[in-house]
Amino acid sequence: MSSWHEFLTMGGYAAYVWPAYGVALGVMVLNAVLPSRRQRALLKELARRAPNNQELP
Amino acid sequence: MFVWFHKLASPPYFYRLAGRLAPWLAWASLIVILAGLYGGLWLAPPDYQQGDGFRIIYVHVPSAWMSLFIYVVMALAAAIGLIWRMKLAHAVSAAAAPLGAAFTFLALVTGSLWGKPMWGTYWVWDARLTSELVLLFLYFGYLALHRAFEDQRSGDRAGAILALVGIVNVPIIHYSVKWWNTLHQGPTVFFGARADIAPSMYIPLFIMIIGFMLYFAAFVLKRLQVEILSRERHTAWVQELAGKP
Repeated sequence: MSSWHEFLTMGGYAAYVWPAYGVALGVMVLNAVLPSRRQRALLKELARRAPNNQELP
Repeated sequence: MFVWFHKLASPPYFYRLAGRLAPWLAWASLIVILAGLYGGLWLAPPDYQQGDGFRIIYVHVPSAWMSLFIYVVMALAAAIGLIWRMKLAHAVSAAAAPLGAAFTFLALVTGSLWGKPMWGTYWVWDARLTSELVLLFLYFGYLALHRAFEDQRSGDRAGAILALVGIVNVPIIHYSVKWWNTLHQGPTVFFGARADIAPSMYIPLFIMIIGFMLYFAAFVLKRLQVEILSRERHTAWVQELAGKP
């Protein structure tokens, strides 16, 4: 790669290269974030129903 | 050795181990992928035929490789789960399947974005593309099937059987480019007869594949923690874990 310009235009293939990387970034970030959020939600849900903290039903 | 294997199979031990390993693997995968992208998108020279368009390879090939690798992991875990009745093995399949589906989807999308400028079409019913699409349906089939039952055990068994039946598709995908005269490229990098790809091009590709493998390791472990929690929700150790603020 010689210049920033060529990098952005990808030698004329920007319309294919950047969407490919955009989709990959989106899918991989999603699959990185979702499990932790699910884990926290599950732990909170289990904590609410855990026998040792007697909250009002 | 067996004690270690038996201890590893105990959910609370594995849950904590996964929790400790996952962050390291995640950060490592980020660094390796960034290095691979720098090598592939900036350093590598343009292809003499495809120009800079070939750079889609650095996300297409690793995704395609992961889609097959993860399916083999899933089928192995399914077999272990069925043969030795290890619940944890079924949990591994359940944790791996969404990632496998994600990478198969990525392989198809990035491949079709690459096909449009080079072949003139986003899709063609070519042996390689069609068998990869079948792989996507297999993943979705597993995801739907293993949750379709009241009790977890029969869901695991049904999903495991589907995963094992579907394994025949993996060699078909791999050899499709050789068996049928396909529009899709033959094996170029790893299984190609002669390495007709310059080191400055295949080194970043190798780095990206390692990065994707680390990424899979990190987030299959995270998903496995969720699987273990939901499967063991009635046990004392989960209640205690959840009870602690």
